[in-house]
Amino acid sequence: MNGALSTAPATAGTSLRSTLVGARIPAWAPYASAAAGAGVALLLRRLLDWTGWYTTFFAAAALFVIVLTGWSFAVEGRRQAKNRLAATLVAASFVAAIVPLVLILTYIGIKGISVFSADFFLHSMNGVTSRMAGGGLYHALIGTLEQVAIAAVIALPIGILTAIYLVEYGRGTFARTVTFFVDVMTGVPSIVAGLFVYTFLLLGFGLRPFGAAGAVALAILMIPVSVRASEEMLKLVPRDLRDAAYALGVPKWRVIVRVVLPTAMSGLITSSLLAIARVAGETAPLILLTGYTASINFDPFSGDQATLPMMVWDQLGKRSGTTSNDLTEARAWGAALTLVLLVLLLNVGARLLARLARPKTR
Amino acid sequence: MVQTAGDDSRTDDPFEMAAQGVPGANPLIGGPVPDAADHVDAPGTMLPDGRPEAGVSGRSVRVGDRVFKALAAGSGAVLLVVMAAIAIFLVWKAIPAFTQNTGNLFTTQTWNPQGSPPVFGMAAVFFGTVMSAFIAMLVGVPIAVGIALFISHYASRRAATTLGAIVDLLAAVPSLVFGMWGLYFLIPQTKGFQAWMSEYFGWIPLFDNTKATTVDQFGKSLLIAGVVLAIMIIPIVSAVCREVFLQVPGETVDAAWALGATKWEMIRTAVIPFGRAGIISAAMLGLGRALGETIAVALVLNSGFRINWHITEPGGDTFASTIALKFGEAGGSPVAIAALVAAGLVLFVITLLVNTAARLVIARRKEFT
Repeated sequence: MNGALSTAPATAGTSLRSTLVGARIPAWAPYASAAAGAGVALLLRRLLDWTGWYTTFFAAAALFVIVLTGWSFAVEGRRQAKNRLAATLVAASFVAAIVPLVLILTYIGIKGISVFSADFFLHSMNGVTSRMAGGGLYHALIGTLEQVAIAAVIALPIGILTAIYLVEYGRGTFARTVTFFVDVMTGVPSIVAGLFVYTFLLLGFGLRPFGAAGAVALAILMIPVSVRASEEMLKLVPRDLRDAAYALGVPKWRVIVRVVLPTAMSGLITSSLLAIARVAGETAPLILLTGYTASINFDPFSGDQATLPMMVWDQLGKRSGTTSNDLTEARAWGAALTLVLLVLLLNVGARLLARLARPKTR
Repeated sequence: MVQTAGDDSRTDDPFEMAAQGVPGANPLIGGPVPDAADHVDAPGTMLPDGRPEAGVSGRSVRVGDRVFKALAAGSGAVLLVVMAAIAIFLVWKAIPAFTQNTGNLFTTQTWNPQGSPPVFGMAAVFFGTVMSAFIAMLVGVPIAVGIALFISHYASRRAATTLGAIVDLLAAVPSLVFGMWGLYFLIPQTKGFQAWMSEYFGWIPLFDNTKATTVDQFGKSLLIAGVVLAIMIIPIVSAVCREVFLQVPGETVDAAWALGATKWEMIRTAVIPFGRAGIISAAMLGLGRALGETIAVALVLNSGFRINWHITEPGGDTFASTIALKFGEAGGSPVAIAALVAAGLVLFVITLLVNTAARLVIARRKEFT
């Protein structure tokens, strides 16, 4: 069946038939099918008294697929019909991914932008009760920036050095073990990392929650991401560069420090930014570790410290109850939008940097 | 002319090989000059990729090299220590949960570790975790594979990079935001859909909601938690699949075209068989993510601590959401904390197994190609 190259079109499209090419449905067929699907769906909506637009939309989409595939099956035969069905479904799955992204970003943008003002960024929530207007995320922004910075200071050197080990020295059982556990560590759920730091730092030393404890958990999450990404960047450094340096008699560590690292520098910065972006939005470990306070705490090493995700969590918690509370919800959306902007900024920045300054390969 | 070229290559080769550290290739005819041994590294070892290592060995090792290597290897060791510490501390701090629990850890469907005597079990939590992750896989993986195919084989090359970057952006959105979007947008908007499922597919017990009488009583169900998780794992799964699909050998693809295959037949006979292991491991990576997701699930589910096969009915718990939600009330009770640590331990072990399985699948594929 698969081997049959010439399909025998059943009925229509005889005018298009040639000896070399099987019958084809016209190029406008998809548009016609879409129009037909939409038309029938609207008719059904009128006839069956559907209220929402979702049913109509999905009915139209299903009808479009059925009409197009059926048409193709009738004119072009089984194989082309399958081909069209697959192409339609693949395109549909792409749309299915883009739609949630667009929905999420526009939704949070619309909801969050309403509270944005200079006051929102320059004030804390100190003394602001849940039914009061005003307040801001200054305290949370400080906490997030400090904790992510501490996490980066802990994680990035470890991550980059481990990557150097794996790329430049890595061989034997130890390197294989490290590679394996980097992969495994990537899969450690953030809440488990938080739980570990809780049992280790807070229970183990009998401490109260403090900001840097959250930073340690974030660092644990950041290390494997940093190792993986840095490894890829170091592998991009051309072998010739290293060999040329070795040939000049440069010791290995100086080759790494003076040749490999400068060549891969922009890539390493990119990978570091992505690793930071990956953890900046983490909430789960912070619930266990940093506590939450409505006032400004500059010291990450003592006392509860607010962060953007925790502020959202706190505001959402205050909302819960019988009635909805627009003011707290708006503040939660504002903080969430700030967080998203921060993370997207890091991501887009990292990608632009990667594009602008690729390591020179030859 | 030919003769000269031959001469050139003959004279060049030893130098080139020595520069790459090929054993035995010494450009200095008449044996190594003692001074050169200090500068030209003594070769002999091989890199994992089979190329000779141009590193330092033997007596020419310098202090700087030793320190630097120790530093690099030490960082790797830190990583292993952290992993070991996670396992040790979780086991150690979970012990009270195992000794003082009066319920059966695996079959009890309640969560009351503060009570006296403490009663709790992970049956319901385990069920919720597996069910929500399963729904996420069922919805997310086909879509993710479709996206990967679209980017790798359907979109034009220029569009593919842009589209790939856009999908990657989905991965950058913090999970908290997915949860909020699920809570405020998806749940109200899908009440009708869930009611419809329950009404027309209620004959399948899975989709039956026996309690709700009005549309408004639908909402925070495992089904929606699964959908939110699906949206969250799509970028990860599709990124891995895309990488694999792009590596399909051109010869196989061309062979399929040459036999007159349609695009779909080409994908089915050339791309999918090549990428099967990659798809499986990508799906398992996504599964690991879905199992461990905390905040998004905690926001879109109300905990109920019972096994409920009716996935359109509100309520459900996962390991991660239980830890996040019950932590506040665990407060000073050591047993309550230990119970949560035990939940974390089980989650840790499950994700460890899933991830290890995924890596093994990837490793096996590497051997074959």
